[in-house]
Amino acid sequence: MTTEMFILATLDGLSAAALLFMVALGLTLIFGVMGILNVAHGSLYAIGGYVAATLGLAIDKFGLSPALYLPALFLAAILIGPLLGGILEVGLLRRILGKDHVLQLLVTFAAFMILEDVQRLVWGTQPYFVSNVMTQFGNTDILGITYTNYQMIVIPVVAALAYYGLRYFLTKTWLGREVIAMTFHREVATAMGVNAKLVSLLTFVIGAGLGTLGGALASPSTALLPGVGADMIVQSFAVIAIAGLGQLGGAALAACLIGLSRSFAVYLMPELAVLTPYIIMVLVLLVRPEGLFAATSMRRI
Amino acid sequence: MFIRLVTVALIILTVIIAHSFPWLKTPVIFSLCNGLAVLGVIVLIRAGQVSFGHAMYSCAAGYTVVFLARAYQLDGLLLIGLATMVATAFSALLGLFIVRYRGIFFGMLNLAFSMVLYSIISKFTTVTGGTDGLSFSRPQLAGFILERDAFETALLYMVLACALICGLLAQRYFESAPGQALGAIKTNETRLEYLGISAKHVFWMGYLFSGFLAGLGGSLFAIAQGLVTPEAGYWVRSGEFVFIAILGGSGHAIGAYLGAFIFEFVRFYAAALLTGAWQITLGIVLIVIIFLAPEGLVGMLTRFRLPARR
Amino acid sequence: MNQILLKTTGLSLSFGGVTACDGIDFELAEGERLAIVGQNGAGKTTFVNICTGYLKPSAGQVFFDGEDITGLSPRKITRRGVARSFQIPQLFAEHTVRECLLIAASARRDNLGFFQSIDRSVDVVSVDETLKLVQLAERSHLQARLLPEGQRKLLDVAMALVLNPRLLIMDEATSGVSSEEKHGLMETLMQALSERNVTSIFVEHDFEIVERYATRIAAWIAGKIAADGPPKQVLEDPEVIRNVIGG
Repeated sequence: MTTEMFILATLDGLSAAALLFMVALGLTLIFGVMGILNVAHGSLYAIGGYVAATLGLAIDKFGLSPALYLPALFLAAILIGPLLGGILEVGLLRRILGKDHVLQLLVTFAAFMILEDVQRLVWGTQPYFVSNVMTQFGNTDILGITYTNYQMIVIPVVAALAYYGLRYFLTKTWLGREVIAMTFHREVATAMGVNAKLVSLLTFVIGAGLGTLGGALASPSTALLPGVGADMIVQSFAVIAIAGLGQLGGAALAACLIGLSRSFAVYLMPELAVLTPYIIMVLVLLVRPEGLFAATSMRRI
Repeated sequence: MFIRLVTVALIILTVIIAHSFPWLKTPVIFSLCNGLAVLGVIVLIRAGQVSFGHAMYSCAAGYTVVFLARAYQLDGLLLIGLATMVATAFSALLGLFIVRYRGIFFGMLNLAFSMVLYSIISKFTTVTGGTDGLSFSRPQLAGFILERDAFETALLYMVLACALICGLLAQRYFESAPGQALGAIKTNETRLEYLGISAKHVFWMGYLFSGFLAGLGGSLFAIAQGLVTPEAGYWVRSGEFVFIAILGGSGHAIGAYLGAFIFEFVRFYAAALLTGAWQITLGIVLIVIIFLAPEGLVGMLTRFRLPARR
Repeated sequence: MNQILLKTTGLSLSFGGVTACDGIDFELAEGERLAIVGQNGAGKTTFVNICTGYLKPSAGQVFFDGEDITGLSPRKITRRGVARSFQIPQLFAEHTVRECLLIAASARRDNLGFFQSIDRSVDVVSVDETLKLVQLAERSHLQARLLPEGQRKLLDVAMALVLNPRLLIMDEATSGVSSEEKHGLMETLMQALSERNVTSIFVEHDFEIVERYATRIAAWIAGKIAADGPPKQVLEDPEVIRNVIGG
């Protein structure tokens, strides 16, 4: 492997990891607080991307300033994530809280199916690829490699901000501490005055927002078509399974592990690239099912 | 028993469809094939465990059919038999590892293995045809070369017979000692151990049976379609199997087929009538069932029984 | 002199700072009906848990019928002929009473019919007998989780009994059973046990039961056996009166 390939693979991997991390972060946050694995999270990612792409196209169509490209991405995420997330939480998830976990998961699976059709009906099956933002930021030369600034800088920076912002919120603010209390024990937290409904809604909205943000930020560099949501959810799922369900910081490391192993595989043996996340997932689950970064070791039967 | 009536009604309906509405033969065949795979999922649900990767066994069987058919032009019955054996062996092997896990870890591990298989199939294009899949020409059935219509009818009866036999076998298994012990894993695995019964062994046998059922369904499906694609092993397909299991209800083997019929026919008609919004329709159906009848159709059918008996 | 069925040498287990089992040397002969008494936390259940494989001792050994079973899993120990019932009944909540016993009975057979109804592949006669014995025959079609506490206990014991063990260990078998029924039940149980040559250990708090049905009592105080012998002797031991019965 040449130095150029090494650098390319590293940059590819870190950029992919940053996106994957953002999405996985939302998923694992929701699981940690509400105990629900939201399959529809993948749909949020896809819809975030589609809306961002649509806004980008609209900006071009109406001849608006290109300076709006990047804000449009954030706008898409902030509008759609909380909106859809809120609808999902209040309309559906809130009503299944007491039920069997598998039924809860299936409800989110049903939501996923519905949203897949919604995507197809609204945006059709042709790929959307709106990469204006990426070209806008230009490229940089690193040791003989030309790489887009957007992927190299913007995405990782946003991901880092999102993570540290979330951590700050959870550890330093009152509301954030209530969220953490809920992860430990919902009933006890409620007994101590935490407004469970509000906290759940808030958590879900934040988590959904992270999902759509991931999708919006991914849209300049990924073609959006039917199936991207499905793909992203199973990958995010691999990330959080490897890290340990509910582990926020661990998800970053797991995302890097997956992102880098994939990108290196692309250069070494392309057929393996798609495979590596799941092989890692199998190995981790076999050896340490609770995840690499989980606090306590689970007693297997 | 009410369920027997339903079974007979379904069989009669199938036969009528075969002869009066030939264009419905395909969805019926697909329903029954899916039903077999779903029955496999139901076996595991009896132990309180849900596999989110069972499509890997139908997929493995399907690709075995295709590889063998393309290489050797074997008789359809032989293809089905061999492919089912391969899937069963596959589940026996994976089962050795998987049966040590419970709950969400069990679900995730099955998912992970299935995604490994899926990734291999989609990417090693030269061998597997990649995302386009592989096709093969219609095989002989029991030595007979059949035209398309006759082939479909014969296949329909064959699948119906398999579905019926497997349904009966599954019910028998549920009533048997290993099957009852399997059910005990759900509520008190520790007590099983204290009775001297190896829960892992019991679970492994159940897992094997479930792999067999999924494999049989997958091989029949492949024969019916003449084509296999990686989608057959994708996580969404596994999710659909679980969906159908809940829709039909895991209380009785017939639930697998009831659920599969409804799933397939909603998909068929929604595709035709609702500009393809079948996922929205089915999604809503699933949500309604979970809220109103979480034990599925079988649960609704058996609600008239005394609460004392399961 | 009857054969020694259960034997422990220097059996010890500590949890953190607490010594639950302190160098126990103990022997149980076939045919004995041993009552284990002691206050809560004295180490009775810990001792039972070690003997049945739930816990591993930090020192010492356990022998069953001459074989070293120290550290074996509960399943392996059960297969060697030791069965136990639990303080909190361990049942199969969604199965019926009869099904629970059928499943227990199925453990005795090595070759299980896969597609044969469980009714046909296990010793149904002994299941039905056991049902009658614990007076659960009328409730045999009720789901286990619907039983009242006392009957859950009985089902728990019945499941152990149906295994035809050589040694049956019962952990507070009659707690939760009404006082009118306690004696009748113990009488029937003990009768059945002696008919089947089952040696028994029962952990008990009810001293009337202990006095009446035990051939021997071992009193536990702070992880050690403070008194061990015929009922009359142990029950009149001042240590025992002070630390176990009085308390």
